[in-house]
Amino acid sequence: MRHTLRGQTLTVYLSGELDHHSASQIRQELDALIRDSRARRLVLDLSSLTFMDSSGIGVILGRYNQMARRGGSLAVRKPSSQINRIFDLSGVYQIVERL
Amino acid sequence: MNGNKMDLRFSALPENEAFARLAVSAFVLPLNPNLEEMEDVKTAVSEAVTNAIIHGYQGKGGEVRLQAQYDGESKSLCVEISDEGVGIADIQKAREPLFTSRPDLERSGMGFAVMESFMDQLEVQSALGKGTKVRMTKRFT
Ligand SMILES: Nc1ncnc2c1ncn2[C@@H]1O[C@H](COP(=O)(O)OP(=O)(O)OP(=O)(O)O)[C@@H](O)[C@H]1O
Ligand SMILES: [Mg+2]
Repeated sequence: MRHTLRGQTLTVYLSGELDHHSASQIRQELDALIRDSRARRLVLDLSSLTFMDSSGIGVILGRYNQMARRGGSLAVRKPSSQINRIFDLSGVYQIVERL
Repeated sequence: MNGNKMDLRFSALPENEAFARLAVSAFVLPLNPNLEEMEDVKTAVSEAVTNAIIHGYQGKGGEVRLQAQYDGESKSLCVEISDEGVGIADIQKAREPLFTSRPDLERSGMGFAVMESFMDQLEVQSALGKGTKVRMTKRFT
C-alpha cells in the first residue's frame, strides 16, 4: 500500500475496489501503518479507488475511531463522484474532513 | 430492441461480489447507460449481494441468485438478488439508515439506504429461516 509520512501526517493511497471482499486486507494494512507510523493525522487519497460500497464506510469510520482514540484526525481526498455520493449520504463528512 | 433477461446462481463467497457487479454491468450495456447510471446499478447490486453473503448466510456460505431483466423500449431495468439464508425479522427497522445488526464487523448500516438512493425503487421481501429477496428497478435516461 503506497504511503508517505511527512511529519505527523500519514498519507495512504488506496487503489482498486473497496468492497467487503477487499476490506479485511485494507483494514489490516491501514491499522499496521497507523500503529507503526504513530501519525497524528491520516489522509486517505482516493484518486485511484475505482469503486466503493458501504463496506468502505465501515473501514473509514473504523480508522477514524482509531485516530480519534490517539487524539488524531482523518481526512479523505479526491473521491470519485460515486464514492462522494456514498459519503454524502452516510454523513461521513460530519466527522471526516474532505481535502 | 426488445426485452432481455438473465438468471445467475453463484456461491455466497466474497470474491463473487466483484463478479456480480461485472455481470450486471455487462448485462445492461446494450441499454447504453451513462457512467453514473452504470455505477448506480453496480453499487446497488454490490450492496444486496454483500448482504446475502454476510447477513443472509452469516459468512458460512450458500447460494446467491441474481436475476435481471430489462425492457429495451422503456429502458427500464429490474434486478432481483435472493438468498435462502436466515431472513430478516423486522424489515422496516433493517431499512433504517444506520441500523446494523453487525457493528462488530464494522458494518455501518447504510446498505439499504444506498440501494434506495441509487435506484428508483427498492422492495424487500423476507421470511425468517427462509431467506430474503431484494427487488430494485431503475429507468435509464
Ligand atoms: N440478505 C439479508 N439476510 C438477512 N439479514 C439482512 C439481509 N440484508 C440485510 N439484512 C439485515 O439488515 C441490516 C441492514 O442492512 P444494511 O445493508 O442497510 O446495513 P449493514 O449491511 O448492516 O451495513 P453496511 O451495508 O453499511 O455495511 C443488516 O445489518 C442485517 O441485519
Ligand atoms: Mg449491507
